[in-house]
Amino acid sequence: MAKNTIIPFGPQHPVLPEPIQLRLVLDEERVVSAIPVVGYVHRGLEKLAEQKDFLQDTFLIERICGICSFIHSLTYSMGIESMMGLTPPPRAQYLRVIWSELHRMHSHLLAVGLLADAFGFENLFMQLWRTREHIMDAMEATTGARVMLGTCCPGGVRKDIDPELLKFILTTLVTVEKEMDEQMPVLLNDYSVKQRLCGVGILDKQTAYERGAVGPTARASGISMDLRTHGYAAYGELGVEPMVETDGDCYARTKVRVRELYQSMNIVRKAIGQIPAGPINVPFKTKPDGEVVMRAEQPRGEVLYYLKGNGTDMLERLRVRTPTFANIPPVLAMLAGCELADVGVIVISIDPCISCTER
Amino acid sequence: MINNVENITVDCLLDKVASKLPLGFRFVTMTCVDCGEHFDILYHFDKNYELTNFRLSLKKGEPLPSISGLIFAALVVENEIQDLFGIKVNGLALDYEGRFLLTETAPEKPLCRVPGVMIVEAGKPAAAAEVK
Amino acid sequence: MFSLIGNVFKNLRSKYATRLYPYEVRESFTGSRGKLEIDADVCIYCGICSKRCPANAITVTRKPDKTWTLDSYRCIVCSYCVDACPKKCLHMNAKHRSQE
Repeated sequence: MAKNTIIPFGPQHPVLPEPIQLRLVLDEERVVSAIPVVGYVHRGLEKLAEQKDFLQDTFLIERICGICSFIHSLTYSMGIESMMGLTPPPRAQYLRVIWSELHRMHSHLLAVGLLADAFGFENLFMQLWRTREHIMDAMEATTGARVMLGTCCPGGVRKDIDPELLKFILTTLVTVEKEMDEQMPVLLNDYSVKQRLCGVGILDKQTAYERGAVGPTARASGISMDLRTHGYAAYGELGVEPMVETDGDCYARTKVRVRELYQSMNIVRKAIGQIPAGPINVPFKTKPDGEVVMRAEQPRGEVLYYLKGNGTDMLERLRVRTPTFANIPPVLAMLAGCELADVGVIVISIDPCISCTER
Repeated sequence: MINNVENITVDCLLDKVASKLPLGFRFVTMTCVDCGEHFDILYHFDKNYELTNFRLSLKKGEPLPSISGLIFAALVVENEIQDLFGIKVNGLALDYEGRFLLTETAPEKPLCRVPGVMIVEAGKPAAAAEVK
Repeated sequence: MFSLIGNVFKNLRSKYATRLYPYEVRESFTGSRGKLEIDADVCIYCGICSKRCPANAITVTRKPDKTWTLDSYRCIVCSYCVDACPKKCLHMNAKHRSQE
């Protein structure tokens, strides 16, 4: 007769970058089910956003997350522009794409580095994060800050990139590609890595769709879903294909992220080649009025913003639904039936960003 | 402005949601807005990158039936609405009873306007450091 | 299994990957946002920077004395005040604050 034990995973765990608790119901060494307990990083940002005016909110919104921060402010700016009927100029759209894709690259390198650390391959973790430093240098040279860029605003962007800095970005990408060509085959083909990742945490296509998986978690299970194909900002002119794998295990999720890294590099190179000259923002005098729902593709999936204004400076309601919030039910499905030693790898393979989840 | 919004009432909520699922719609999220006299609850569904929305007007004090029996993923956002707005949700698959995001010492229903909690904007700091 | 051996030997032979800080300090990029500085002679104490600041870090008083105070611990170096100043007396220094 088996007795079930309940053990806590988290909130402090060497594998987790942010605190979340999972209460695991165990039968000997197998996980039967898991109950998530969140709320350790709740900062009440939706309430704070109602106390500041809509231009100061741009800086607040960036600080919801430290890894996907530019795309938060991009979606917010697109929402405000849609409420006020503004169209940013083409040069601003291309600059937004360049910074978004650089942000996506740094986020994916961070994610695969953390995954390598989760199963103990610290050498590879350090090498991947050293490659990431080149991209942080490119962002600091073009905007002035490494993570919280502060360049996207309603109406366009605040800072321009002149041609020498565009050349600097291209030389940075050459170095990054050379280092990635040495490291990615190790991540994908090494024998011990495959033993830890293949066949672990399988999520089939039907469960992924019903439970609302988004981003690389969904694309690794065979669902072809990428909001960049919808063509916001300048993505319509650049053309993006979703990277899809069919196995649905941790190895497939890692492979999707590696393929997206190479895809982002090509998008940045194409955007720098095609960027038109012109103004970088459009002035405005109106205030936001009405309600709008705006979506974009963050590195972890689809983010949804709901904005409601009433004609004054302060917004009436700002609601954010981040991709990790939507990926929590699929994780509970993946954990059922797995071994206790695999829990850390499975949780990190969806690339959790808990401060986004709880705002 | 949001396109594609259909106004529904509390009674037909479960039928409308159940009618969307076999057509291949994916549940995205729910949004709750405090409009003073009532709450506006929006349900967002997606198919092929097009959003379809339902708007439900709920009077303050009335409970909300849960759709987590049909859609497991909805329980996360319904627990959050229960915490932040003080709306009672009936029939949740996994009920945290108001402790999903907020702790015991946190203010009650912080995003609800009346009666809720108003944050006093922190004034300019009195003893500010000199510019270095 | 031995795919990283080449990388390991290369790392043993080459020089340090990290800088020996504080003996060797990296030059900041131009345009880096380090800390906020004001040109006090040009300031007209209008208070626009104080109203725009998202973090309430700037305090401007006109009576009884004209003062401009910055709380460096609150400042998030977003440079919104730099863009808002009508006299352009605020600018960002590229070097970050050091302990003093």
